[in-house]
Amino acid sequence: MQLSGEARPARTNSRLRLSPFARTLLTLCVFTAPVISGVLPEDRADLMWHSYSGGGITVDGPSVLIRKKVGDNLSFTLNYYEDMISSASIDVKLSASPYHEKRTQWSGGVDYLHGKSTYSAGVITSKEPDYKANTAYFSVSQDMFGDLTTLTLGYRRGWDQIFRDIKSPDGQIVNDPTFHERADHRGYSLSLSQILTRNTIASFNYELLTDQGYLANPYRKIRYLSPGQGNGYTLADQIYPNTRTSNSASVTLKHYLAWRAALTGEYRFFRDTWGIVGHTLEADYTQPWHSWTFDASLRYYRQNAADFYSDLFPRADYQNFMARDRELAAFQDYTIGMGAAYQFHVPGLPWVSKSSLNVHYEHLIVNYSDFRNALLAPDYGAGNEPLYRLNANIWTAFVSVWF
Amino acid sequence: MRESPGQRGCSIPARWTRAVAAALLLAALAGCAAPQPWVKPYEREHFADPIMAANRDPVATSYLEHVFESREGARGATGTVGGGCGCN
Repeated sequence: MQLSGEARPARTNSRLRLSPFARTLLTLCVFTAPVISGVLPEDRADLMWHSYSGGGITVDGPSVLIRKKVGDNLSFTLNYYEDMISSASIDVKLSASPYHEKRTQWSGGVDYLHGKSTYSAGVITSKEPDYKANTAYFSVSQDMFGDLTTLTLGYRRGWDQIFRDIKSPDGQIVNDPTFHERADHRGYSLSLSQILTRNTIASFNYELLTDQGYLANPYRKIRYLSPGQGNGYTLADQIYPNTRTSNSASVTLKHYLAWRAALTGEYRFFRDTWGIVGHTLEADYTQPWHSWTFDASLRYYRQNAADFYSDLFPRADYQNFMARDRELAAFQDYTIGMGAAYQFHVPGLPWVSKSSLNVHYEHLIVNYSDFRNALLAPDYGAGNEPLYRLNANIWTAFVSVWF
Repeated sequence: MRESPGQRGCSIPARWTRAVAAALLLAALAGCAAPQPWVKPYEREHFADPIMAANRDPVATSYLEHVFESREGARGATGTVGGGCGCN
């Protein structure tokens, strides 16, 4: 079936188009809702080291977060984050060359408590040799009904520039002068937090995201059957639609247990105009013990493939949009996590109210349903290779200081 | 019940949006007669416990969400804002 890049987004947009009546009601809701109180984030600093290792990729680096109040109404947040990437993934081995690169991200934000509502705004800028991204966001949050309910409305806008690295004649890695693409992003979010009982709080999150521009990975390739040639397939460039719209909604329940522990359950539903439907289920348990706090978590995620995804297309130019990105394949993943935090006081630093040392570990298993290990095509034949499976270890270690 | 001409052809999500907006407006306009909190402030000490915080370790939470968003098709509705990157 030939896919049209215009039909699906157009159908979604017609669903989301609100009548003047509905728009007026929503506007009135935002500006007339009673405001009770707001709370600014705590003053704290975190220094973290993160590490991801799996599927031939290692990514590690530091992250520093500082939050500081100025006066009674303002709070500033600053974060520096770094990824040092070394990749020889299955995709890289198939259609590119192993590489090392660094990504740096800065973000800054401000929360302003005015009367009884909180306004938040910030910017995020990310830079790597072949990708630059800038994001700005704004949100309004207010408590209602005797502080039992908190409503937050948010908006974000992103501008990305995509480049492609090539090897120059003298062996240097440089940007391909013939390739410079852009992508724009918009996001609208609504969050509602509700105290249900003296031990249980629920929250609902909804987010609409739209993208427009170059949305593919310029290094990855599709493959199509070529009997009798090479390994039985030929590689070709991916062709993505230029637009994507997604809707996601999540519900979280957090319950305080009688022996001082916390149990959290979460479900998220996701759907987009590329045909992906995703479900996420997560359960977390937190147990304090003396100066320690222990965490355990289980997460399950599954999705079906995008409409234009195929591991192996029957022929060249089979349809107008074609992709073989693993993120668009059908798969399930499981994550089991555990963490420990030790709280301590630093002698001689009276301005530090408390401190903690934290270590978290997550193990991620991804089982793909229609993404095969194409590197094994010489042994099994194109289209008959074993399905790909990914195991990854994720570590974070950080120290937190409240002041 | 017959639909008015203005309602004919209205999609289900739009009707839901109208219903939710109307409910929110009624709740907002009823500010003076807002429902009494059924959990009193002095009964909320458990929500002040750090283990009940929605995002106890923001730096680690953001990182983990970035890991999942780079490897999965789904995104959004996590309650936090992430920036763009060419991370897959």
